[in-house]
Amino acid sequence: MEAVTDHTISALVEDKPGVLARVSGLFRRRGFNISNLSVGHSEVPNLSRMTFVVQGDEFVVEQVTKQLYKLIDVVRVNDITGDAKVARELALVKVKANADNRSEIMQLVDIFRANIVDVAADTVVIEVTGDEDKIDSLFRLLKPFGIKEVMRTGRIAMVRGPASTGGKPLTANVDDHNAPDVESVP
Amino acid sequence: MHLTGAQIVCESLMREGIEVMFGLPGGAILPLYQAMPEYPQLKHILVRHEQNAAHAADGYARASGKVGVCIATSGPGATNLVTGLATAMMDSIPVIAITGQVPRGAIGKDAFQETDITGITLPITKHNYLVMHTADLAGTIKEAFHIARTGRPGPVLIDIPRDVLTESADFVYPDNVTLKGYKPTMDGNGLQIKLAAKLIADAKRPLILAGHGVIIANAFDELRELAETAQVPVITTLLGISSFPEDHVLSMGMPGMHGMAYNNIAIDRSDLLIAVGMRFDDRVTGRLSTFAPHAKVIHIDVDPAEVGKSVHVTVPIVGDAKRVLHALANEVTPATRLEWLQEIDELRLEHPSDRLRESDKLLPQYVLKEISDVTNGNAIVVTGVGQHQMWAAQAYTFREPNSFITSGGLGTMGFEVPAAMGAQVARPDKTVWSIAGDGGFQMTMSELATIVEHQLPVKFALINNGYLGLVRQLQDLFEGGKRVSVEYSHNPDFVALAEAFGIRAFRVTEKGQMRGAILEAMAHEGPALIDFRVEPEENVYPHVPAGEGVTEMLEGPRPETEGAWKR
Ligand SMILES: Cc1ncc(C[n+]2csc(CCOP(=O)(O)OP(=O)(O)O)c2C)c(N)n1
Ligand SMILES: [Mg+2]
Repeated sequence: MEAVTDHTISALVEDKPGVLARVSGLFRRRGFNISNLSVGHSEVPNLSRMTFVVQGDEFVVEQVTKQLYKLIDVVRVNDITGDAKVARELALVKVKANADNRSEIMQLVDIFRANIVDVAADTVVIEVTGDEDKIDSLFRLLKPFGIKEVMRTGRIAMVRGPASTGGKPLTANVDDHNAPDVESVP
Repeated sequence: MHLTGAQIVCESLMREGIEVMFGLPGGAILPLYQAMPEYPQLKHILVRHEQNAAHAADGYARASGKVGVCIATSGPGATNLVTGLATAMMDSIPVIAITGQVPRGAIGKDAFQETDITGITLPITKHNYLVMHTADLAGTIKEAFHIARTGRPGPVLIDIPRDVLTESADFVYPDNVTLKGYKPTMDGNGLQIKLAAKLIADAKRPLILAGHGVIIANAFDELRELAETAQVPVITTLLGISSFPEDHVLSMGMPGMHGMAYNNIAIDRSDLLIAVGMRFDDRVTGRLSTFAPHAKVIHIDVDPAEVGKSVHVTVPIVGDAKRVLHALANEVTPATRLEWLQEIDELRLEHPSDRLRESDKLLPQYVLKEISDVTNGNAIVVTGVGQHQMWAAQAYTFREPNSFITSGGLGTMGFEVPAAMGAQVARPDKTVWSIAGDGGFQMTMSELATIVEHQLPVKFALINNGYLGLVRQLQDLFEGGKRVSVEYSHNPDFVALAEAFGIRAFRVTEKGQMRGAILEAMAHEGPALIDFRVEPEENVYPHVPAGEGVTEMLEGPRPETEGAWKR
């Protein structure tokens, strides 16, 4: 049995009303666990790119992929978990700050290569990008100051190098499911 | 051509080859109805309830292999379609549902009779549309039909706001459809087919599990060729019934929860399952961990998501059943398999679940057997859901391809009346028998009026046990006989009721009256109903208790309580 891990899936979908409801409805009714979903325009007109993080083993990911393909508006699905990729999340955090501790906060912000994007009398707003771990650690360090508000976009990911994140065309992918289970074939 | 939206819908339906539609009008869909008289080629059958329009379109589609069309107005009209669409979705039936919607400006305002039907039907349609521009109608309808009838078929709903129907646009019907995200794989992978043929050649105890996909793909001849060439016995799932002639020596009948005991044992012993157009439904497999423990699996299905969903597959082949079976039949080596066939013969003798119990009473199984004999297994049989459905599957000998119409996946009671109506519309040349439960019949019997109106000669065999029989059976077998809400102690007089609708009706209370009544009903030109007052407490056997492995079945009534078995 394979371990349950996070899988990063990238999907190219038709930019049509209701497509998000179709995808999220599918996850809900089939009981797939999604920790994270982000969506936005892609480089192709009328196509959006979705990135989501699915929890489960290979079997679950295969089912997620196949079920997604059944949605007419889903054009391509690719599990990029094993690929070399750049994965980023953007977070905004509003922290209590006063004249006494503001410089301490600014030091942290520098270390994390984050930015202060708003300063008020007793708060600052910090913008940070990075992987989930980096953002989590910054938040941990900011916590003692008093976090008032947090917003996170969820992970987006892109495969490194010239390869396309969009993955293989649909037919090739379906054919993948035709691949024999070598161990059990005599 | 500059046409109104309503005219565009009619023109498009005609170009899709539609001849008949089932529906019921209302305010939002009214413009479409008002355009219909201009298109007399499109016959509209006015139903009594929209659920029945959907089931009738479904029965029509199953019996004809064409797309069924149903129409409803917004709000309650549209929501009444829901059970019918879910039924069609579960059983992969190509149905187009057209619903009226409130005018565009009123959408989202909780307008009178507004309901978010595309939201509601999201999980029970293959795809659905809300058409916001008259100019988009033709292309959408073209796409909808393409999606409904290709790949793994399924229902598609098109929701049209009232003002989209009344506005005008240029009408050009597209020649083809391009969908970036939809390209069903039709041809099986050649290498995989070779591997499958090798597995079949090496197998000692192979079995074919034929499902609905064989019927949908029209792969009767190909299945038969494969079975005969490789000498592999054919087990048919509930929806696979009539994909293979049941009077054939290699025909084994149904597996699973109420399947033949010898099939469940044979599957348990098998070293190779060749599954075609079936999805290892839980009613077939029982507890998955003990299902077919010795078998490798070749799984042929047009829907890749079904392959590997429930059981581990050795050789997956994604493709159309007809094409793959054809290729596979050409690839396999002819075989004899005398030992395995003999082993199965012995199993059939030791576990004769295909034999009927002997009794002087009017057992429901006898009714099905008698209809089978009288029609020579050539009728189209439509059922409801429950005991009568299982007895139809078990006791009727299906000889005609695609002649069994039943709600398998959703198990929708009430299906028997409207689906039989749709089937008879599709096949005026055939005798259509509706095998009805007294429970299910009362859910949808309002369509008897429609059946009379359109002079559809459907024959109804009401298996009247005065119970929600299959639920009573569960209570009797697994709830210590504690019967709760399963008895209909005041059923109507069904003969008088049928007559009130204008249907010829008979009552049969004894075994000896069966044949005469069936012959008389068939001789009658119009619709007829026979109220069979069957033995009320008869149970369906075998019965695999829910959650158990399929070999752990109750094979028959205990002799001390329900009489001996005929061998
Ligand atoms: C619409 C619907 N409601 C409830 C059920 C649950 N159910 C399954 S079989 C059955 C009994 C059916 O009774 P009847 O139509 O008289 O058939 P019988 O089993 O007596 O032959 C019921 C209630 C169902 N399948 N469908
Ligand atoms: Mg009953």
